[in-house]
Amino acid sequence: MSILVTPQEETIVPEPAEVWFANPPLTETDTEAPAWYREMQEKSWARYHELPVPTRKNQDWRFADLKKIRFTDLAPADPATDPAALVARAMTGRPENFAAHFVFANNRLIYSETADLPAGAICLPLKEALATHGDLVRAHFLQEEKNLGGDKFAALHGAATLSGLFVHFPKGCVSEKPVLVHHFSGGEARAIFPHTLVVAEDHASVSIVDVFESIAPSEQTLNVGMVDLFADRGGKIQYVALQGLSDNGAKHVQIHSSRAGRDAAVKVAFLNLGAAWVRNESLSRMVDSGADCQIFSANLANGIQEYDQRTLQSHEAQHTTSDLFFKNALYHKSRTIFSGLIHVKPGAHHTDSFQTCRNLLGSEEAEANSMPGLEIDADQVKCSHGSTAGQISEEEIFYLRARGIPADDARKIISLGFLNESIAKLEGDELKEYLFSRVERKFAALDGRG
Amino acid sequence: MSQSLKIDNLHATVDGNEILKGLTLEIPKGQVHAIMGPNGSGKSTLAKVMAGHEDYVVTDGTVLLDDINLLELEIDERSRAGFFLAFQYPHEIPGVSNANFLRAARQARLPKGEEVDAVAFYKEMYLKMDELGMDRKFTGRSVNEGFSGGEKKRNEILQMMMLEPTYAVLDETDSGLDIDALRIVAAGVNAMRSPERGFLVITHYQRLLDYIVPDVVHVLHDGRIVKSGGKELALELEEKGYDWITEELLPA
Ligand SMILES: Nc1ncnc2c1ncn2[C@@H]1O[C@H](COP(=O)(O)OP(=O)(O)OP(=O)(O)O)[C@@H](O)[C@H]1O
Ligand SMILES: [Mg+2]
Repeated sequence: MSILVTPQEETIVPEPAEVWFANPPLTETDTEAPAWYREMQEKSWARYHELPVPTRKNQDWRFADLKKIRFTDLAPADPATDPAALVARAMTGRPENFAAHFVFANNRLIYSETADLPAGAICLPLKEALATHGDLVRAHFLQEEKNLGGDKFAALHGAATLSGLFVHFPKGCVSEKPVLVHHFSGGEARAIFPHTLVVAEDHASVSIVDVFESIAPSEQTLNVGMVDLFADRGGKIQYVALQGLSDNGAKHVQIHSSRAGRDAAVKVAFLNLGAAWVRNESLSRMVDSGADCQIFSANLANGIQEYDQRTLQSHEAQHTTSDLFFKNALYHKSRTIFSGLIHVKPGAHHTDSFQTCRNLLGSEEAEANSMPGLEIDADQVKCSHGSTAGQISEEEIFYLRARGIPADDARKIISLGFLNESIAKLEGDELKEYLFSRVERKFAALDGRG
Repeated sequence: MSQSLKIDNLHATVDGNEILKGLTLEIPKGQVHAIMGPNGSGKSTLAKVMAGHEDYVVTDGTVLLDDINLLELEIDERSRAGFFLAFQYPHEIPGVSNANFLRAARQARLPKGEEVDAVAFYKEMYLKMDELGMDRKFTGRSVNEGFSGGEKKRNEILQMMMLEPTYAVLDETDSGLDIDALRIVAAGVNAMRSPERGFLVITHYQRLLDYIVPDVVHVLHDGRIVKSGGKELALELEEKGYDWITEELLPA
């Protein structure tokens, strides 16, 4: 069964007058940062002030609960008090095979291990990369124009001292194993600004996983993260964001862009399990022929969690392809918003572009909003978009029960399978198992709360 | 204690229409019975009523699995009690791998706190898949999703082999199988024949019964068993169709 999603009436929210940050959210005075970088920070800070807080008039924030972004008196996070415990946590259950592993806590690097990086690969914390490979960073750093509504967050991100990773795989440099990055955040009204910048030169291949977690079970933090992926001719990038923050106050913004060049292939996946509120913005640009971008998401929302995802698949050259496949499983009073646009630009003939958002409603009160969109300015184009919402099929439950599986387990197995469908499209069996086990773990926790 | 699957005066309706109208049939342990009958006579209805499908309402009669009143059990309890139905149209379960599905079914049979031994489980599953000529890739694929008709039927038999029921109903497992697949599947079923197990095989084709030789053949017509006989009955049905039986039934 599938029914179309009918949007709910929006509630009127007064214009927020709050000041998110009183001062530039710099974590430490980074005197070693190059001049261009400090200039960029200052400009971003000014821009952040110019830009208005999103309002309900803004189409890009349709259906969003704007009360969730009324921040006051935020400050950059303080150094974590027990880094060793966090490192131990990051190591527990991680995929056995990885190229490198970095752990950040509250904007600061607390651990790194780079034993299995292929020769020639650069994989450095941004701060260090700025010092040693400044020009290489500068050539790509915040170079992608993107605005799916979060420009104020983007400006804020640019103004802050950044944590996160710079990954550069030169021509032909290939690693099957993923680079793992953990980002922990904690503190009352504290913010972190994780950045991920990945460049795969011609025929290079890189896989990277960002894991976002809270330090304590209950944290009132804000993550304002950004991830930019550049795949040159024949390059391959797989990027996964696994978000498992405290569902008890943590908020998470991540703004993503992919730029796929000739015959390049980029896969990105957003997995949301935690946080009280999430905003994912994702721009995929196919800029030369043969470019392919795949965008996946698997979200398991419960309680009063709200996951808000906005995407744009931008076809800018002939013979490009993209496929978006999002899955939401919703319980209790949770909400999801999916707004996705496929744009086939003038001249981008012979394009194939697909977009699917499926919602599994596990409760009467859960709310899934879908706004798919198409804009085609070229010929010989194959496009489709669709969104569905429905409950678990009774026939599927019957089939499992007919094999002896109790009803509750059957429901759980089917819901997990539903989410697993998008995880299954990624590469790397160990990685997929790791991701899947996290989804399973949240399901187990869900059971306990009914 | 009785040692049979005993269906007595079973009446069942779907959407208010009576489909089974006093069906009586007993399959002693160790035997294979076949049911043949025209389309719509109620063969699958009988199978699904026994499995516990919620669309069907039993209005009268009993089904005893040895001494257990099958109709009083939940769907999943029936399976764990030793009943198995190989479906005519197996359902697809997207995103759930065949291996995980089978493992969950095995797990459900273990006492609380005990875990399926993964290594032994995979070894056994591979062995049985080899017997059925199923490629290993089917373990990782979603249950029945994108399987051909014949692959789905083999998958049903794999499940039966893994779950080792005491009574199994095979609903048109032969439909959609080519002759080689039919042989393989029949060999799988024959290997499970034992004095401890009973089978009810629903089919339209006598050729299946060349491979799985039945002890008794029944004809189901309009919700009732109207004739029973030896395996020759199947040949006769194939030759003459069902009309002569329905004519026989008409009051003289
Ligand atoms: N869910 C349902 N709703 C309405 N009628 C149904 C339903 N299921 C079965 N029926 C009807 O019950 C009758 C018996 O169907 P059943 O599937 O048991 O036949 P069958 O003997 O298995 O036929 P076939 O040889 O075609 O598989 C048919 O007339 C069918 O249309
Ligand atoms: Mg049938």
